[in-house]
Amino acid sequence: MAFSPRAWLDERLDLAPVREFVEHKSVPIHRHSHWYYLGGMTLFLFVVQAMTGILLLLYYQPSEANAFESVRFIMTQVRFGWLIRSIHGWSGNLLIALAFAHMFSTFFLKSYRKPRELTWVSGMLLLFLMFAFGFSGYLLPWNTLSYFATMVGTNIAGAVPGLGPFALRFLRGGDAVTGATLTRFFGFHVAILPAVIGPVLLLHLLLIQRQGMSVPLSVEEECRAKGTAPPSIRFFPDFLLRELMGWYLALAVLAGLAALVPWELGVKADPFAPAPPGIQPEWYFLFMFQTLKYIPATIFGFDGEVLGILAFGVGGLMVLLVPFLDRAAAKGMRSKIVKRAGVIVVIYILTMTTVAYVANLAR
Amino acid sequence: MDEISRRRWLKSLLGGGVGASILSFLYPILSFVLPPPTQGSGSESQEVGQAEELKPNSGIVFQFGTQPALLIRTPEGELRAFSALCTHLGCTVSYEADSKVIWCPCHNGFYDLHGRNIGGPPPRPLPEFKVNLRDGKVVVSKGA
Repeated sequence: MAFSPRAWLDERLDLAPVREFVEHKSVPIHRHSHWYYLGGMTLFLFVVQAMTGILLLLYYQPSEANAFESVRFIMTQVRFGWLIRSIHGWSGNLLIALAFAHMFSTFFLKSYRKPRELTWVSGMLLLFLMFAFGFSGYLLPWNTLSYFATMVGTNIAGAVPGLGPFALRFLRGGDAVTGATLTRFFGFHVAILPAVIGPVLLLHLLLIQRQGMSVPLSVEEECRAKGTAPPSIRFFPDFLLRELMGWYLALAVLAGLAALVPWELGVKADPFAPAPPGIQPEWYFLFMFQTLKYIPATIFGFDGEVLGILAFGVGGLMVLLVPFLDRAAAKGMRSKIVKRAGVIVVIYILTMTTVAYVANLAR
Repeated sequence: MDEISRRRWLKSLLGGGVGASILSFLYPILSFVLPPPTQGSGSESQEVGQAEELKPNSGIVFQFGTQPALLIRTPEGELRAFSALCTHLGCTVSYEADSKVIWCPCHNGFYDLHGRNIGGPPPRPLPEFKVNLRDGKVVVSKGA
């Protein structure tokens, strides 16, 4: 009899339960199910980030003297180095954009409602970890823009009441942004954050596997009225092939951006040169950065910036705890307050980000 | 029958597409992981110091371009220079004044004062460099 790798593995590992799972796994299909693909596309870009990050590690040198030069070497001397770095830069940004879209889609479809509270919380933790990846990775090329953005960003962390002084020294590895900060951020970016994000991502995916996809309230109500279950398709191969199209779409956008608008290197950071105009963080921090500009120095005797930072902290915590705050959704009802709050947050983020860009362009 | 062949054709198209994508990822990745060639291997000729500083029956290891090299003065007073990379596995060799040989400590390899492999595992002699004197200074150059 001919040798069959499948039979060989089956004999040793008993893959029957896996086959059973794959054959019976299904995904509900309805007029909102296209939102399901955003999570998979985000995951795809995460894998792209991990792979291109590992490749960049082969040449990157995390020191004040060599970081900028090593990135320049990657971009000018190593074959396809410009492409790999450009993909890493663009993919990181697209990843956060898709994670935002994924978060808001699950928010407005109320997918966080019971029993999926932990899926939401783990997803929010993933988003916060992505921010940390973005913030730490931004400094690594050691250029002027990233140097001063890190200076400002760590100063904001330092303004947090109580924890601030500790956070500032912890993040910087000293009192100022120096080579010690670069080495530390490199450690965060390639060791600590990956070690933390791995289990959280695994938990998020396991929860989705265990509980299946959430069906929006409106679809659920319609099905209840008709007395039917929502129609579904098989995960393998039907949903997976559709998902694959989402990945290819993300790849096409990514490849187009990376090839046509290569990620810039900028000018090497000089800690003793004055900050050039137009210093700003990555776009996903811009709405907070712009808000802090508008807050007066003191409000009712309190430090305005501290109040602003506290407000964002409370806001972040509320978003994290949405499933526990929206009591109506847990009972299968819609809460107008939660929906309006979500719309206001989206409008606020979009407006502030646009204002920051326009102000920078005008300058 | 038509349905089956259509399905098979679509499957092979899909598989081929995914396979071609993976191949198109592999080419830049494999090109990337291979480091670009270093810009030459350093200078062709180099001053090593004053000739009288090196006593007979002694040797020094110095940086020649990007590689270590060995300059020796034989007990008879003649200056010779060699690549200091052992031809066995690339450890840096040194001059042993007591036994008057060039020695590699990694696997106990020996070369005579002409750089010829005379004992231990080294398979080939050490490449020799040209030594000239210019105003009392030792100048080592490639192409001996």
